[in-house]
Amino acid sequence: MLLVVRDLTVALPIGGRLVPIVESVSFTLGAREILGIVGESGSGKSVTSLAIMGLIDVPGARVSGSVRFRGRELVGLAPRAYRALRGREIAMIFQDPMTAFTPVYTVGRQIDEQIRVHQKISRADARSRTVRLLGDMGVPDPERVAGRYPHQLSGGLRQRAMIAMALSCNPALLIADEPTTALDVTVQAQILDLLRGLRREYGSSVLLITHDMGVVAETCDRTLVLYSGLVAERGPTGALFAQPGHPYTAALLDSIPPLHGPRPARLPSIPGSPPAPAERPAGCPFAPRCAYAHEACAVRPALVASGVQDVACVLPAEGRPLPPRFVAEMSA
Amino acid sequence: MTRLPVDSPSPLIAAQDLRMTYRVGRGQVLRALDGVSLSVRPGEVLGLVGESGCGKSTLGRCLLRLVQPSAGRVVFDGTDITTLPERRLRPLRQDMQMVFQDSYAALNPRRRVGDLVAEPLRVHPAPGGGRRSRADIAARLAELMDLVGLPQAALARYPHEFSGGQRQRINIARALALSPRLVVADEPVAALDVSIQAQIVNLFMDLRDRMGLTYVFVAHDLAVVRQISTRVAVMYLGAIVELGEADAVLHRPAHPYTAALIAAVPEPVVRTEGLPPPLRGDVPSPIAPPPGCRFHTRCPVARDRCRVDPPALRGLPDGREVACHYPLVGG
Repeated sequence: MLLVVRDLTVALPIGGRLVPIVESVSFTLGAREILGIVGESGSGKSVTSLAIMGLIDVPGARVSGSVRFRGRELVGLAPRAYRALRGREIAMIFQDPMTAFTPVYTVGRQIDEQIRVHQKISRADARSRTVRLLGDMGVPDPERVAGRYPHQLSGGLRQRAMIAMALSCNPALLIADEPTTALDVTVQAQILDLLRGLRREYGSSVLLITHDMGVVAETCDRTLVLYSGLVAERGPTGALFAQPGHPYTAALLDSIPPLHGPRPARLPSIPGSPPAPAERPAGCPFAPRCAYAHEACAVRPALVASGVQDVACVLPAEGRPLPPRFVAEMSA
Repeated sequence: MTRLPVDSPSPLIAAQDLRMTYRVGRGQVLRALDGVSLSVRPGEVLGLVGESGCGKSTLGRCLLRLVQPSAGRVVFDGTDITTLPERRLRPLRQDMQMVFQDSYAALNPRRRVGDLVAEPLRVHPAPGGGRRSRADIAARLAELMDLVGLPQAALARYPHEFSGGQRQRINIARALALSPRLVVADEPVAALDVSIQAQIVNLFMDLRDRMGLTYVFVAHDLAVVRQISTRVAVMYLGAIVELGEADAVLHRPAHPYTAALIAAVPEPVVRTEGLPPPLRGDVPSPIAPPPGCRFHTRCPVARDRCRVDPPALRGLPDGREVACHYPLVGG
């Protein structure tokens, strides 16, 4: 396993006490695998990825549990050692490439620099590698684009340039946090296509963080669903979407209006909204909004096997798992 | 979903050859709207879809005359409002309201919800003329809270005390305060999480049924637009490329751009067959749109004629309109 995360808990000081934003998150990521971490705003998906990257720098924050990357423990790693790891072995791309690039240098110069920080090669060699990388990322006329400033590029080209920069040192792990959220849907399709191809061309594993269940379905081998800082469900993407085991996963999928098949008269919606981390119930955090909530839900449910997934819900253990999901036929 | 009968042959609002140009320096001109014509019948929901920069928001704003179009006409309920002076436009504004994407920016953070929702009731005269009484306003506020599913206690609180979905309910309550006939909603659910988005989409549909509202619903999300719209207009680079019944346009698209847009939507379904190849390239700049058909640079079925001859919007046998020389259906 490339990455093994065990009981990762991130607590931040809020109102004078430590509040767990993310609680006991566990998952593994294999070589050349794409894992999707999906959840709504405030579910803790970005905090999870920042903790893996060692980028939680809030004073008084506490990160506990274990993050083993290539067998090496990252929780508690010295900042210096973390810096050597970031960019070279683990790289990250964000929603907004404008903030990842400085506006005052050309994108080519910034990618060259990234390569030269980690490897001793000449400027000319670095530039030829930059141009090749941009070309690999589907950038038309990569030599010209390398000479342009970030603001001169379209959103799609900027995102390709950022992925090129992230891949410049051949990292084993790429963490992509909402990489297509700011893009138009036709450009999003291009970038997802590119991410899917990375494992083939570069042998990279990808941790894809997104709020979009559609993006997960089309891109990820396995999926982790977070709700209010806890794992609700995890498993192979195909099984999880065909027969979600957690009522939250099922309700979330139901609330997405379908693009094909009959239009529902009303969209099934989830009543209320997720709890703030400081107000998370002691039992199942989804119970106040769950159609299946009962007495047993007053105790925080452990992750148990349900089919090929792991589900933090008492229903499978009570012998009444959720039915398979009905999906309308798609027209060609 | 139920389709309201077209009880009036005349449209509630219509745009004729609407143009909106901006000078952007160095003698360059950006055509945000390049000759858009459409009409919306009473009780109808017209969805406006397209990618960023296609002009859908500008069109929504021109329809309400929040911006003054450069050329063309906007006719609301038989009255040409394109150049109507503000003094005469004002009484009509009661009938046309807007809901915006950013539910927080739209609400003054220093005023209570009750004040914010009551503002249109204080600014505009009562139906018989004269000011509304305090009691009338209080009664209307209570009705509005019920209508949008907020507790009465919400009236005494401030916008920051609410979640995004609840804030959008406040904005909707304010837009409906004067019982408008037309509501233009610009990406009203784009900033919301899906579980909340479904609540607000349902609310829009309920309100239409209960109040007989007409919507122009601007959104980039095709699935949301399909859920709520009776008709759909697909825009690309400042022009409508396809316009027709929502089911026809989204199930059997005639314009290659509509088809590409639908194919690009990531669906929450794991497919066994491979995905279609994505559309190449980016949307060209509206400052220098391509000659001929504006979509030909990215169109998978473009031929020589498309590079020189701009296609006009024309009717197909099934009643929809498409701006394509070689439509995918019914050509």
